[in-house]
Amino acid sequence: MAPHIELKDVRKSFGTKHVLNGLSLSVEKGKSLVVIGGSGTGKSVMLKCILGILQPDSGSIKIAGEEVTGLKGEARDQFLRRFGMLFQGGALFDSLSVWENVAFGLTQGRRTPKGQAREIAMEKLGLVGLSADVGKLYPAELSGGMQKRVGLARAIAADPEIIFFDEPTTGLDPIMADVINNLIVDCVKRLGATTISITHDMASARKIADQIAMIYKGEIIWQGDAKMIDRSGNAYVDQFILGRAEGPIKMDVLKG
Amino acid sequence: MNFVAAIGRLFLLFCAEVGRIAIFMKDALIVGLMPRYYWGQIASQFFRIGYTSLPVVALTAFFTGGALALQIYTGSSAATAGQLVPSIVAIGITRELGPVLAGLMVAGRVGASIAAELGTMKVTEQTDALVTLSTNPLKYLVGPRILAAVISMPLLVAIGDAIGIMGGYVVSTRSLDLNGFSYIKTTADKLHFFDDISSGLIKAAVFGFIIALMGCYHGFNSKGGAQGVGRATTNAVVFSAIMILASNFVLTSLLFGKH
Repeated sequence: MAPHIELKDVRKSFGTKHVLNGLSLSVEKGKSLVVIGGSGTGKSVMLKCILGILQPDSGSIKIAGEEVTGLKGEARDQFLRRFGMLFQGGALFDSLSVWENVAFGLTQGRRTPKGQAREIAMEKLGLVGLSADVGKLYPAELSGGMQKRVGLARAIAADPEIIFFDEPTTGLDPIMADVINNLIVDCVKRLGATTISITHDMASARKIADQIAMIYKGEIIWQGDAKMIDRSGNAYVDQFILGRAEGPIKMDVLKG
Repeated sequence: MNFVAAIGRLFLLFCAEVGRIAIFMKDALIVGLMPRYYWGQIASQFFRIGYTSLPVVALTAFFTGGALALQIYTGSSAATAGQLVPSIVAIGITRELGPVLAGLMVAGRVGASIAAELGTMKVTEQTDALVTLSTNPLKYLVGPRILAAVISMPLLVAIGDAIGIMGGYVVSTRSLDLNGFSYIKTTADKLHFFDDISSGLIKAAVFGFIIALMGCYHGFNSKGGAQGVGRATTNAVVFSAIMILASNFVLTSLLFGKH
């Protein structure tokens, strides 16, 4: 069976800065891939290329065997309906109330009637452990952890087959981070969705991953089962998961 | 030699910016203004751009009409003032000052707020979130703002025209001792619907388009955090103001130039 998500030799540059240098990876249907890597190694750009928010300069991106780079108009709308995404900062619409945020993909993207969308939104808020009262609040009135939960409810509201998580635990305390990790695992299992998460939080990676891939300088340098991460035999991976300043990865402390 | 290189670099930057604006305008027109329409968004933008700008535009028009009356009175003799003041106030307001000043005021108010709002949405990834929720930001954010601005600017200017003429009337009758009845009669005689009023309304629609387009363009292209959004806001106002003044000249020469 073809992998659900497959990237082959994807390249993307901004001016003279090469962010993705022939990145290849694949995820099986229903599996959770966590991509780890330092800041500025191209993790977010990779997700944006898959979604078509950024156009890769070359390479191929296939979803369920279909090439999706360069999709336009109605074909792209159809394609995007298969996705949900949890953004790093939540990216909730601050002019809309919490339940309207969660229901947004239903009311605006899919034209579900408002009453029905509201019911689904309230149900999804329940799944992430928020009460119906929270639905009436505005994003600015919520704590960071609650915003992440709302973001998660919004990402799963339309029961997508593919979900992306962009640093789901960054900026949260360890306990709230674990709560979010559990919610992610629960929600994904329930939906049977294929997921790609990007993070540099190893605790989170170990918890939610079936597979882990390490990105370095715009390339996947290692991919394997999450259980194998401690025995990868890769010096880069070892340095990253142990969080050592010394090793093959040299941090550019001063921006060149 | 460095001096020439610097000029060359500036010129290239300018060309690149013009090109990017042209591409954004094309996308805004063929994607943003085509169905599907988000009526709720259009209505709320219409309220924000049109209705809430009313006080600013009305005050600007009133004082401009008043000042215009004073200046024309100074420049005319006692015998001609009764004719000159009302006709020049009416024509000056409806053809030039009404649309241009309203355009500049709305650019400062609305253009800046569009750029700041969309810029913040951009840097907090809310525009990307729209995409992942199967909503095209050009249709959801840009289209409604352009439509609302293009419709509301002529309405604002029409109201501003009336208030500007009233400003001239108030100053003329209260402090210049001109006859109120003949002021209104002269205004009605001298003012032509197409030449004067509708030419100004056409200009207003174009200015509305420029304001919304520049606000959206600079908002969408803001980079970085607070500073980037601040720069986008400034650029939106400066670009709209310059484009309003330049396009006003072009429109005036098209509408009134010697053919």
